[in-house]
Amino acid sequence: MSCSPAELLAVLAARELRGVTTVFAGVGLPLLAAVVAQKTHTPSLTIVVEGGSIGLEMVPGKLPNSTNEMRIAHRARMLPGITDTFLFAQRGFLDVGFVGGAQIDRHGNLNSSVVGPYERPAVRLPGSGGANDILSLCRRVMAMTVHERRRFVPRVDFVTSPGYLHGGDARQRAGLIFGQLSRVVTNLCILGFDETTRAMRLEALHPGVTVDDVVQNTGFELVIPERLGATEPPRDEELEVLRSLDPERRLL
Amino acid sequence: MGIGPADFVQARRRLEAKPQKVGEKLTSLEEAASLVRDGDHVAIGGCFFSRTPLALLREVLRRGPKGLTLSRNLTCFEGEWFMTAGASDTVVTSWIGIGHPWGLSRPVRELVEGGRVRVEEWSHLGLGLRFRAGAMGVPFLPTLTMLGSDLMGVGGAKTMTCPFTGQTLCLVPALFPDVAVLHVHRADPTGNCQIDGYPHMDADIARAATRVVVTAEQIVPEAEMLRQADRTVIPGFVVDAVVEAPWGAFPHECYGLYEADFDFFDAYVAAIGATGTGVVRDYLDRYVYGPRTFAEYLALFGEERLDRQARRARELVG
Repeated sequence: MSCSPAELLAVLAARELRGVTTVFAGVGLPLLAAVVAQKTHTPSLTIVVEGGSIGLEMVPGKLPNSTNEMRIAHRARMLPGITDTFLFAQRGFLDVGFVGGAQIDRHGNLNSSVVGPYERPAVRLPGSGGANDILSLCRRVMAMTVHERRRFVPRVDFVTSPGYLHGGDARQRAGLIFGQLSRVVTNLCILGFDETTRAMRLEALHPGVTVDDVVQNTGFELVIPERLGATEPPRDEELEVLRSLDPERRLL
Repeated sequence: MGIGPADFVQARRRLEAKPQKVGEKLTSLEEAASLVRDGDHVAIGGCFFSRTPLALLREVLRRGPKGLTLSRNLTCFEGEWFMTAGASDTVVTSWIGIGHPWGLSRPVRELVEGGRVRVEEWSHLGLGLRFRAGAMGVPFLPTLTMLGSDLMGVGGAKTMTCPFTGQTLCLVPALFPDVAVLHVHRADPTGNCQIDGYPHMDADIARAATRVVVTAEQIVPEAEMLRQADRTVIPGFVVDAVVEAPWGAFPHECYGLYEADFDFFDAYVAAIGATGTGVVRDYLDRYVYGPRTFAEYLALFGEERLDRQARRARELVG
């Protein structure tokens, strides 16, 4: 079965949730990925969203437009206040988080605030919301993004959400002693980070994608190891579950 | 002008100096809106398009206020209505826009990129802890979020070395709004408030503010509140004015009662896309300045649409 870039991203994100207890998911593809994980391999997965919904179930076709509306409270086990929801992450209960952003740099820092200077930006973006908190506080975080040169920049204009800051042990030195950005999943490849320098490293290519495709769409020098993994293409079962959640294909 | 961030002494003195209001606090939307004064820091309850006190905010806008600072954890189109009306030039928030499906907000972009409005951005938890510190009456709270990010330089967060462990901590200053405006499910005439579904940050915001104005879907007798006192999240002594305002968050949602009317969102964003941000002023004329009462405002949507949104709410969480 062929699939769209959004479908590929959602399926790969879902696979990262195998055996995971709790996931902090935003609306859009992360929520769909979490539900696919529940329905294909980890039925016990508890989905947490920042608006204050824990253990929700999604009604197929009723895609939520925010993290704090009735569509994302369906059959929820708990509806805590928003501050308390994030404090579950600060305490260390939340295993995996998902984030996105308009820009990402070679140390995995994400920008969803401004393009250009903060006070007089060229483009005012919506802002952090909970992205900074997720990347600061969850045990393991995955970024999902479209792979474009204008998004993969040497240094983000504004660090909304901290990856590895300037690399090395900068993240720990800033006081971010828990959690880490473990993966960046794009429509071309899966990326990780060098254990010492914390520079972004290519790890696996999606079917039909070459190293050159990745390099051409990245605005900085990637670490490219000799041995690269190959992404297993989405299986029919994964795509069927995913498509059943969004029959109008608003996101897919 | 408002109280400086973290000035917990002055915040307490102001609360102590406020005339204590006892007994019934029921009033009209017009009277309640007059508790929002020029130059105030106004904290808005609910979150994004959930339990936004739109009936009250509409009445505040009709008074033509100036120099307001707004704070809200996630800011929806009510923010750009205040900015476009010239009522506010500073918004303290973690996110501002209409919602993911509608893309970047053009009005917000124009106003902020043109230097007419400043967005003071915090992380969602960072802003939540600012309200909580205010609610606790202390000058700041420590947290492990925001560290190392450029958000540290925007709104005045600081770091400190923990005196117990030596770890680096982020400190967020307490936020003490001059006035909080909230919409809840039910209140009694003395201001005890209950919320169904998502609590959001309302209880903290109410405690942090000097003045508190509440609209409720329903005013119920005190005896009814007593039967479920464990559901009460804001006690009457925190509240200065209560107004009965059914549908008071519409076209935003009120948990269990009505779903947000996304057709309104679609039409609003499409109109801006087609004719530019000037259309926001037309919306203000049609929905804010035109209708003299909230009932006239609701009539613009029509009963059929209200019924439909109530039915959708029951389907989702009924």
